[in-house]
Formats: sequence, structure tokens, C-alpha cells
Amino acid sequence: MLAFLIRRLLNAAGVMLTVAFLAFMIFRFVGDPVELMLNEQATQAQRDELRVRLGLDRSFPLQYLSFVTNAARGEFGISYRNQQDVIVLIAERLPATLELVLVATVLSLAIGIPLGVYTAIARNSWGAQLLQFGSVLGVSLPSFAVGILLILVFSVTLGWLPAFGRGEVVQIGWWSTGLLTPSGRMALVLPGITLSLFQITLVMRLVRAEMLETLRTDFIRFARARGLRARSVSFRHALRNCLMPVITVTGLQIGNLIAFALVTETVFQWPGMGLLFVQAVTFVDIPVMAAYLMLVSFVFVALNTLVDLAYAVVDPRLRQDSVKHG
Amino acid sequence: MSDAAPLLSVRDLRVVFDTRRGRLVALDGVSFDIAPGEILGVVGESGAGKSLTGTAVIGLLEPPGRIDGGEILLEGRRIDTLPPAEMRRVRGRQIGAIFQDPLTSLHPLLTVGAQLEETIRTHLPLSRAEAKARAVALLREVGIPSAETRVSQYPHQFSGGMRQRVVIALALAAEPKLIIADEPTTALDVSIQAQITALLRRLCRQHGTGVMLVTHDMGVIAETADRVAVMYAGRLVELGPVDQVVRAPRHPYTAGLMASIPRMGAREAVLAQIEGSMPRLGAIPPGCAFSPRCPSASARCTAEVPALPPGGTGAACWHPVAEPAHV
Ligand SMILES: Nc1ncnc2c1ncn2[C@@H]1O[C@H](COP(=O)(O)OP(=O)(O)OP(=O)(O)O)[C@@H](O)[C@H]1O
Ligand code: SF4
Ligand SMILES: [Mg+2]
Repeated sequence: MLAFLIRRLLNAAGVMLTVAFLAFMIFRFVGDPVELMLNEQATQAQRDELRVRLGLDRSFPLQYLSFVTNAARGEFGISYRNQQDVIVLIAERLPATLELVLVATVLSLAIGIPLGVYTAIARNSWGAQLLQFGSVLGVSLPSFAVGILLILVFSVTLGWLPAFGRGEVVQIGWWSTGLLTPSGRMALVLPGITLSLFQITLVMRLVRAEMLETLRTDFIRFARARGLRARSVSFRHALRNCLMPVITVTGLQIGNLIAFALVTETVFQWPGMGLLFVQAVTFVDIPVMAAYLMLVSFVFVALNTLVDLAYAVVDPRLRQDSVKHG
Repeated sequence: MSDAAPLLSVRDLRVVFDTRRGRLVALDGVSFDIAPGEILGVVGESGAGKSLTGTAVIGLLEPPGRIDGGEILLEGRRIDTLPPAEMRRVRGRQIGAIFQDPLTSLHPLLTVGAQLEETIRTHLPLSRAEAKARAVALLREVGIPSAETRVSQYPHQFSGGMRQRVVIALALAAEPKLIIADEPTTALDVSIQAQITALLRRLCRQHGTGVMLVTHDMGVIAETADRVAVMYAGRLVELGPVDQVVRAPRHPYTAGLMASIPRMGAREAVLAQIEGSMPRLGAIPPGCAFSPRCPSASARCTAEVPALPPGGTGAACWHPVAEPAHV
């Protein structure tokens, strides 16, 4: 178990170092940072001075090493565009993205699970067939199209919901939340739906597949043979058996949602990290891009590692110890 | 045969599967009764339709399988035509079921007590506390030591034999009048098979529960059953009191089946195999389904389907094995 843990953590560290290398390469070789930071009138002396200050005169491995150690401390340098600490910029934008991802995750579970159960139990009904068909549509519709469509219907035509921004936010420490104000909550609806649409269909299909498998098991057959109510057989007995994979996939998908939030944030002008990244790309703001890349990768790697460790903990072979003989 | 009015009465049951390659008749003209408190053993080789008969009785046939003819009566009431919601109330309350594999019959993520209490409270008007007390009492009744602590444990904390005891407790939780036990000991260690069979028999005798006991073990039949039904290729080929069927079978198939049991006391058991194998569902020959393998087959056997004698006891055969002189 300990060996597995160490191996898994080394693995994660290896992946992060590779990502850091990529981010470093972008940082170092996409354009000259010195040229990007100074204006044309800067003298050669000013240029050299900045080059030394940024450590660009040192050898390549040394530069990489200091990039990694700085990144590990959360130091990604100064944004070229607005001369602010990158980490401060990201911390400002993080709550908006995470709240959007949270809402999308909750929506995907609250809608996806019941739909999955329904399409499994009544798999031959026209309602279930329609949902299956609809889920194919949901997977294949690009989210910017969905977002624009929703804006068109609910903001422009009906005027029910805001089309952009976070609404009013409340500051709790460094965290800014839109969940506590009515306008903040209203503002979350359309982007939340847009971001969760794919996830809803994913959860629905996963629950459906798991349910269909579970419904064939002996313990469900025996539960039916005991005359238990249909609702209890479906939800208490069958669904319970499907939740582990749903939790796993939902956990892993959080990384994806953060990454995909980029598109949704652009459509809804949502002031999150994704929008920050898109703006950084337009201005070739390399430190912000590198930091975003590192952060999203870190979330991916951390979630994957946690899920692997969780699996090791619930491995049935470890549970075997408790079987008594008699 | 018992004189009491039958608890279960299956009349001319016919079960079919509508498949893409046409209709398969899986059960054809199956008729038998089970009296209150009686244990009917059901034997026959794999695929004969034993499990299917039990599944049809508890109303759990899955599409594409369906009942295509005949009727099933429980205490004189037709149950094969009940709406699903009403049939659900019959299951567990009036007909209990025990399946082959105790390792997979219990929900792995619910405690034994939770599964018992839910079953009890689904059918009986008891409070939570009363149901819990009943769950413990049931576990004790099926011979689980320290039932008070065991009741809050999960299935994986029980051994195979103990799990099958839990399964029996679950099947008996609402005191059904009939139990369908489909090979209840096949998956168990040989050393505990006899205990479980004895437990099942004792409990059913005590509660006056009728049992349809499907098994491959003729020893279990001889010890446990009152009467035996022999199935072959979806039909009932012989039905009679256990002594008669085991010692003096009338149907050539039953005779072959009995000859294949190692004789009691014989050190080197000689297994007399019946030549050939049972036909697949799509390829059941006309007339008697056993005719290709039957040593006594005649022209009539391949032309007309033999039926059980009137009264439903005896062999469905045109040329039954002669009764021994002393019977
Ligand atoms: N879904 C299905 N489609 C087609 N045929 C089926 C289906 N389910 C079962 N059958 C057939 O029904 C027949 C009866 O099966 P059943 O399970 O009742 O046999 P059994 O006597 O219990 O055998 P075993 O001793 O192996 O348990 C078999 O020939 C089987 O192939
Ligand atoms: S009916 Fe004919 S073929 Fe069938 S078992 Fe009897 S003798 Fe054999
Ligand atoms: Mg079977």
C-alpha cells in the first residue's frame, strides 16, 4: 500500500514536471520576454538589466529549475499586460470559475442521475428513447452554440436571465461569491446549464449503463422476488450500487469542467480564469498563460491521483480480511 | 398424494421466448400441484426448464420470455394474470424464493438487518423496532450465532453457508405459504449442503410451508422431498411419490437418471450415462422429446406426444418401464 502510494505520487510529480517544462518552453521561447515587457524606446542597458533581473542570462537548466521552484511556491511572475502579480490575478478569478464548475456539477448530478435511472428502468418507453436520442444531441452540440442559443432565448427574447457577467458578488475574505445575492444566482443559471449540458448527458449515460448491469444481478432479482416496492428496488438497491463509478467520474470530470469553462466563460463574459486565459492569449501575456496551464494541469493530476488512491482503499482484496468462516 | 386442497396449482403451463429466429417453446404443458406443507422435488438435466417453472410461478419472467398458455393458481386464486403491482404483493408475502448463489443474492452495500427489516416492513404492519426484533429472531431461527451483533453486519462479513442462512431468513421473513428453492445448496461447500437442506426442511415443516425444491442432487430429493417431478426438454415427464420415482421409475428417462446415481454403499460408483444429450429448444423432435435417446422408442413415440396419465401422477410415456412385481 505504501509502495503504491509512493509510486503514484512520483508519477504525479513526473507529470507535473513535464507540464512545467512545456509551460517553461512557452515562457522562454514564445517571443522574447524582454521585448514584450519593455517598450521600443528602452535602451540596451535597460534591456540587459531586465534580462539579468529575470534570470535570462543563466544557463537553460538553471532557468528551468528556478521556474519550477517558483511555480511550486505559486510565483509565476508579473503579468505583462497589467503589471500585476500573476497569482493575485488568478486568485481573483478562481472563485468565479469554481462556482461555475460547482453549479454545473450539482446540475449534472441532480438531473443526470434521475434521467439515467429512468432511461434504464423504462428503457423501451418512448420517453427513454427520446432522452437517449437527446443525449446524443447534447454530446454533439458545441457548448458555445448552446450558450448563444440560451442567451438568444432567455436573455434577448424573454429577458428572464442576464446574458453576461456574474451579477452582484459578496466578498468573503479573498473569495468572491455570487451564490449569496439574487442577481448572482440568476447570473449563474445560463452559464451553469451551458457548462453542465455535456456533463448531464455523461452522468445520464453512465448511470443508465451501470443500472442496466445492476438490474441483471442476482441481488436485484432476489429483492424483486421478496416483493420489495419497485421504487425501492430501483433507487435504494440498484442505484446505490451504481454510485461509486458516478462519484469517480464526477470527481475526474471536475478537471475537464474547469478546462471547458474557458468556452462558456468567453460566451458569457464570465470573469473567471478561462476568460483571463483567453485575454492573456490575445495579449501574448505569457506568465498568465503559463500559470493557467500549470494550475489546470495540477487540478487534473491531483484529482486523478486522489481517485487512484481512493480505489486502492476500497479494493475488495483489502476487504477480504473481514470475511469470517463458519 | 395429499388429499388437502392444493396450495399451488400449475395447469398446462406454456412459456415461450419470442426471438428473432422464431418462437421457442421453453415450457410445454407443465401441470403439477403442491399441497400445503408439501415438499415437491424437481429434477432434470440442465436446461430442462426447472428454473423457468419457478420463475413463471413467482411472476418474474423477463422479456422476451412470457407465459403463453395455462394457468397458475395459489390457493385457488389465479396469479399469472395479476397486475404487476398486485403480483409484487404476492411475492415475498405468499411465495418466497431462494436462489442458487448466496454470495450474490444479498445486496453487498446494505447490512443484513437493513435487508431483513425492509422485507418485513414491506409486507407486515410492524414498527421499525418490531421489525428489527423480528430480524434478529429470524437470524436466530436460521441458526446464526450471536444474531444481535450479526444483524448489523454486511454480507461480506458472513461465510457462504451463513449467507445462505440469511437468504433463507429473508425468504421466510413474511411467512410465505410457498417457497421456491432453486438449487439452494449447489453453490455451497459439500460439507454444509446437508445442514442447509436440513434447516430448510425443518423450518418448512414447522411453519407448514410448501416447497418447490429444484436440485440436481438425488440424495437430497430422497431425504427431503415428498414427491418428485422429473422434467425433460420443457415438459414434465414423470411425477409421483418420492419412493416410487426413485426406486421404481416408470419413465425411461427417469430410469436412466436414477441408474446414473452411485448406488448407496457401492465403493466404486458406476455412472450409467444416458446416451446422447437433451435437444435444444429450437430442435425438439416431434412426439416424445426423449425418443432419440430412448431404448424403448417405437413409431408411435415419434408421432404423438405422450401425456401424464389422468390424475397427473405417473409417467408421460407410451411404453413405461414395467412396475416391479412386488409393488
Ligand atoms: N432469454 C432466453 N431466451 C431464450 N431461451 C432461454 C432464455 N432464458 C432461458 N432460456 C432457455 O430456457 C430453457 C430452460 O432454462 P432453465 O434455466 O429453466 O433450465 P434449468 O432446468 O433450470 O437448468 P439448470 O439445471 O442449468 O439450472 C433453457 O433451454 C434455456 O436455454
Ligand atoms: S414415449 Fe417412447 S420414446 Fe418417449 S420415453 Fe416413452 S418409450 Fe421412450
Ligand atoms: Mg436452473
